[in-house]
Amino acid sequence: MPLLEVRKMTHYFGGLRAVNNYNLAVEREQVRGLIGPNGAGKTTIFNLITGVYHPTEGNILLEGEDITRLETNQIADRGLGRTFQNLRLWRYLSVLDHVKMARYSKLTYGLAGAFFGTAKRVNEEKATDALAMELLELVGIPHLADQIVTNLPYGAQRRVELARALATEPKVLFLDEPTAGMNPEELIQMMDIIRRVHREIGLAIFLIEHRMKVVMELCEIIQTLNFGEVIAEGTPEEIRNNPLVIEAYLGKEVVL
Amino acid sequence: MTTISASWPTTRQRIRAALSKLWQPYRPVPLLGWLLAALVAVGMEQLVGLPLARTLGMSKIPALFGALVVLDQPALIPSVLLFLILIYILPVGIVARFTAPFTNKIAARLVSYPLVITAVIHLLLLYAVLHIWCDISDYRVLVARMAMIAIILTLSLNVVNGYMGEFSCSHPGFMALGAYVASVFTLVFFVSENQFGEALVPPALGPFLFPLALILGGLVAAVGALLVAIPSFRTRGDYLAIISLAFMFIVKSLFENLEIVGGARGISNQPNYASLPVVFAWTVLAIWIINNFVRSTMGKALNAVRDDELAATAMTVDTRKTKMTAFLFAAFWAGVAGGLFAHVLRYINPDSFGIRKLAEVLAMVYFGGLNSVTGSIVGAVGLTMISEALRPLEIYKWIIIPIMLILIMIFRPTGLIAFTEFNVERLFLPKDKAPEGAEDATA
Repeated sequence: MPLLEVRKMTHYFGGLRAVNNYNLAVEREQVRGLIGPNGAGKTTIFNLITGVYHPTEGNILLEGEDITRLETNQIADRGLGRTFQNLRLWRYLSVLDHVKMARYSKLTYGLAGAFFGTAKRVNEEKATDALAMELLELVGIPHLADQIVTNLPYGAQRRVELARALATEPKVLFLDEPTAGMNPEELIQMMDIIRRVHREIGLAIFLIEHRMKVVMELCEIIQTLNFGEVIAEGTPEEIRNNPLVIEAYLGKEVVL
Repeated sequence: MTTISASWPTTRQRIRAALSKLWQPYRPVPLLGWLLAALVAVGMEQLVGLPLARTLGMSKIPALFGALVVLDQPALIPSVLLFLILIYILPVGIVARFTAPFTNKIAARLVSYPLVITAVIHLLLLYAVLHIWCDISDYRVLVARMAMIAIILTLSLNVVNGYMGEFSCSHPGFMALGAYVASVFTLVFFVSENQFGEALVPPALGPFLFPLALILGGLVAAVGALLVAIPSFRTRGDYLAIISLAFMFIVKSLFENLEIVGGARGISNQPNYASLPVVFAWTVLAIWIINNFVRSTMGKALNAVRDDELAATAMTVDTRKTKMTAFLFAAFWAGVAGGLFAHVLRYINPDSFGIRKLAEVLAMVYFGGLNSVTGSIVGAVGLTMISEALRPLEIYKWIIIPIMLILIMIFRPTGLIAFTEFNVERLFLPKDKAPEGAEDATA
């Protein structure tokens, strides 16, 4: 049984069919990629699987359990963590608070603890602090813990998002263009971090990328999407040589 | 080569430097020192205040640090200033400065005790200061209580408008619910000879059961808040503001048409249970609980919902529960504040909870600072004081206060003290530790 399975998922925005008959099977500890031209529906697929939209048809199963109709926060709690294409950080919260916030559903002290500052709350917050610091160390920014995120450089903000997604204890981590807008140096650091995270936590990763270098080096299996449909699926080598993929990216050769 | 003119301080920098130099000796004064100094000052006022005021040509002690005199009898301003310097500024300055080594030693010792004990000691001192200060006149007692009620209201509104970033206008409605429920409760149970008949319980029990009335009022307000909280799941911003404004008017017309609670005439003769210590205790409780909440990860979820709701929900935050909690929690405290308000004034009518009350409490929140407990306290106390000072202007004060608010919005859009965390532990610490190396060298 695959860790995460998507069966025959189709989604319409009004009359527009954004995703058509999409299938996916992510195995444990697998790194998968999703590529495709702009507007192919990559982010829509992420949003559908993580519950931001609910698909018109089809099912999403996590460890055999149907999560299609659950709310985003419940799906996140079950083990689908994600980052966003355009950073979605909380403007006035510190880096540490970002990571701690992703532990929301794991906190058990409840409102009584929040209101009255019980011993249980104090202990849990301390434990969460420690865990958040560990994650910040994993992504290499423990020294920025007390900073407000808006003061950070772009690369560091990306890392905060990654640490935050990891704090939800994901079984599958969804990365939506993790290296978008990065310079070559930051890119290499980010790839190192993704590899380290994969090695140390041992989770499955599903990522959208535009840079072929990143996809080809990191992913075991790549899907190519065009107009909401998967047109090719296979190892990096197979995808690189697939005529359909080349056509989707570069267009058809026209004989004049 | 750097330009010479760049190294010349501007007037503003020079003033800042001078002020900072003046403040230098007071840096190592812990909170305990300031409280002790304030105690001395109010004690002096109690002992020699009246003769001094008479000598300076005033008929009585200036009630609100002279705030009332400024517009009423401008000729007295110099004597008021002299009075303030002799009674408040000089004693506080001298005592705070010269007891600093002593108070720091005590503060250092208190650190090793549990926080509760330290907090209680500070609060007792603070209350003593307040009590002695209020002993001078009944007017002070009234203003102090209204200021503290304003603190509860402002803080609770800040939870929704500041911490969660919604623009809720329903606070006077919640306050009205709390005020009416608490009033009816005390009038039915503890007061004879009114529209509700004889007292059901011996009136002597009243003061002890008064918290029950307040909590009941708070709970009813929280139930009312459901009407605003549920639409907040689907809509934000302007639309929610309009819904909450509608709620306020619904509550107001409800009480205007409810003859059993006096209709537009309102209810009066509430028992005098909201005395200074009672209001003080409730204010401390409210600050403590609200501050606990907003500093927890559960409470910071409000910020996450405000800054990016999608990101919050993708990070396992239950946004519905968060919004519900914020609205109900804020409404509860508004209800409690309403109950206290009714028992301080001992007369309420639906008009007390209208658009003017809304303007007042919104002004306090935005003046003091969004997302900040300290800001709310400053805003509530500050605006209560300003409002009293402008009283001689009567209705024109409602031109001055909005203009002030507009200026604040232009120059400090988030308020005076915004986006800070109120760290109670740090508040009580001794203050002489900063230049540690220097101190060790001299020892």
